[in-house]
Amino acid sequence: MTYVNFTRGMVSALALVAGVGIAQAKTDIVVGMQLEPPHLDPTSAAAGAIDSVLYANVFEGLTRFGPDGSVNPGLAESWEISEDGTVYTFKLHEGVTFHDGTTMDAEDVKFSLDRARAEDSVNAQKALFAGITDVTVVDPLTVQVTLAAPNGAFLFNMAWGDAVIVAPESIENIKTNPVGTGAFKFDNWVQGDRIDIVKNPDYWGEPAKLDRATFKFISDPTAAFAAVMAEDVHAFAGFPAPENLPQFDADPRFQVLVGSTEGETILSTNNKQAPFDDVRVRKALAHAIDRQAIIDGAMFGYGTPIGSHFAPHHPDYVDLTGNSAYDPELAKSLLAEAGFPDGFSTTLKLPPPSYARRGGEIIAAQLREVGIETEITNLEWAQWLEQVFTGKDFGLTIVSHTEPMDIGIYANPEYYFQYDNADFQKTMADLTAATDPAARSALLKQAQEKISADYVNGYLFQLAALSVANAKVVGLWENAPTQATDLTAVYWQD
Amino acid sequence: MIRAALTNRALVIGLALSLIFVGAALISFIWVPQDVGAMDIPNKMKPPSAAHPLGTDHFGRDILSMIMVGARTSIAVAVVAVVIGMGLGVPLGLAAAARRGSLLDEVIMRGNDLVFAFPSLLIAIMITAVFGPSALNAIIAIGIFNIPVFARLTRGAALSLWTRDYVLAARVAGKGAVRISAEHILPNVTNLLIVQGTIQFSLGILAEAALSYVGLGAQPPIPSWGRMLADSQTMISLAPHMAIFPGMAILLTVLGLNLMGDGLRDLFDPRIRRDRR
Repeated sequence: MTYVNFTRGMVSALALVAGVGIAQAKTDIVVGMQLEPPHLDPTSAAAGAIDSVLYANVFEGLTRFGPDGSVNPGLAESWEISEDGTVYTFKLHEGVTFHDGTTMDAEDVKFSLDRARAEDSVNAQKALFAGITDVTVVDPLTVQVTLAAPNGAFLFNMAWGDAVIVAPESIENIKTNPVGTGAFKFDNWVQGDRIDIVKNPDYWGEPAKLDRATFKFISDPTAAFAAVMAEDVHAFAGFPAPENLPQFDADPRFQVLVGSTEGETILSTNNKQAPFDDVRVRKALAHAIDRQAIIDGAMFGYGTPIGSHFAPHHPDYVDLTGNSAYDPELAKSLLAEAGFPDGFSTTLKLPPPSYARRGGEIIAAQLREVGIETEITNLEWAQWLEQVFTGKDFGLTIVSHTEPMDIGIYANPEYYFQYDNADFQKTMADLTAATDPAARSALLKQAQEKISADYVNGYLFQLAALSVANAKVVGLWENAPTQATDLTAVYWQD
Repeated sequence: MIRAALTNRALVIGLALSLIFVGAALISFIWVPQDVGAMDIPNKMKPPSAAHPLGTDHFGRDILSMIMVGARTSIAVAVVAVVIGMGLGVPLGLAAAARRGSLLDEVIMRGNDLVFAFPSLLIAIMITAVFGPSALNAIIAIGIFNIPVFARLTRGAALSLWTRDYVLAARVAGKGAVRISAEHILPNVTNLLIVQGTIQFSLGILAEAALSYVGLGAQPPIPSWGRMLADSQTMISLAPHMAIFPGMAILLTVLGLNLMGDGLRDLFDPRIRRDRR
């Protein structure tokens, strides 16, 4: 017996020594992010940071976005669409449970959709659900959604983070303790520092390869740079300092992922505030801006110029940058024509990201060239949301609209830049009703051209998705078709 | 006195450094090498060259010109803050000394303690957070913290003067407390105030740099040393000159003012002067 024990001891000692030599593939990851979510309910806030942590990891919808932006089945394994395009019958996956152990069934789908489209709903994207007239539970695994009119984008809409399925049992505490159906469970939130999620052992689909993931919030670009360099964070999604990327690229320890996002970065213009209610003034603004200088100066060359509110990688994209080519002389003559030969002054309110802060300084210099003086105010996100987004107290601001296919915001006259145009609103209504792909494509092109011709906002560039990760991390999304940091397929290479 | 001043090495070096920056700020009103608002993005982050003696920043602006105009911001903020501090602090200190032990003295001095009790930068951040970041609010924030410094200094010095014979004589002659303070006390604390003013001036420049570094000082496009440092920090490994030159400007100005303050104290204080000889 003694002999046996001795051998065992030897074996484990050897294993210990070997363990040092052959590193085990890691099963945990620390992901850096610039913005911390205000709370953890993706169905009641516009803050993209919530989806960046929870989308696909903790919460799932009927359908979901793939890494390329395609719409794939989510909790619904299949669906049927009625002849007239108004009734969607979703067949749900069997054996799906929420993280608290309760089953996910058709009742939960009905609850989630009814909650999102209710009169008193605080969902940030209520328009996604506007066409729904009825949600019926056929049996526990079948749910029928009836629309008022055919909606070609309905399955796309259901893939948004705002349309995830939640349970009535856990809704009360969702803001601090989110309970979803995803491959990861929410574990812990240390406010101001990090959010931990752990592998869900009872996941219905392909289980996560990682056991644990931590989202660490580092708002300062210098600190972000230092954290990645010191390998304190293993990946940083949406790296805030593009000037540091060449350095990471040259370092074999890291990989740099440059993809595209849905973020149209625009010089948002208050269309109801004088003098911006005059299209000639807005046209002058558009011609006074040198996009390439902004991309080079603020983003160190990362970004694609845009001429309308539409992502260049989308098949229906029309290049309208020619409408607003850099031409300061034309801008000056337009201003004179509009009654401002000596220019005017206005406010330029800038949220924290470097595209806004640096881009704002460049735009201020460019506008000064044509006689427009801007008073720059740097705001924190909370102040920006309060003053600009909600309070509409601004002349100009710079922000990136990161929601996918969000040209529909121009049909809402209450939206913060307050563009109110009946023709455009009709185009959007037609688009919602259209199911024929060719007709939809034509309408989308028409919509892009309309807002470009009306110079609603200054269209700057499509934000690039810039991520840095440890060279051994596999499976991160290169593009950002929606606000998400999908870790379900991420693993460490040996 | 002038000969003594010229032999005082700290004073001469300090004065020279301070004059360089004050001079640069004054010259910038009539001439700068290049327009500080002019961006030249293709030529960004270029190291020092003949066209740009101190290189260019991340927007291709000339760093020398920005430091010159930035000196204006720093000096203006610091000077006005010292003026606020002296303008309010000295009368308060004189009043407290004139009515030593009275309720007025207590109120003034406990008020001072209250302001001293808070870390100055924290309150400055709070003020600019509430009223919005701007050079004006930075001045007010820094100025408020200069008040107790001057009030305390003035009271301390004035108390000892109030026991002097010539003050007694003035009282016997029927002069009131206000007149005595103005005619006999104030002239005798001026030296001290000048020395302290120089020190507070350098602290004001540091405070302005700190506030604009965190984005609460002068707003763009007004150049400011602190913001130049903040802008350069993520690029420090790519373009170190962007951080080094504004940093040197802050360092040398503050060093110069402190040396000048030390030198002036030596000059004004006869006892120290005698010891040195």
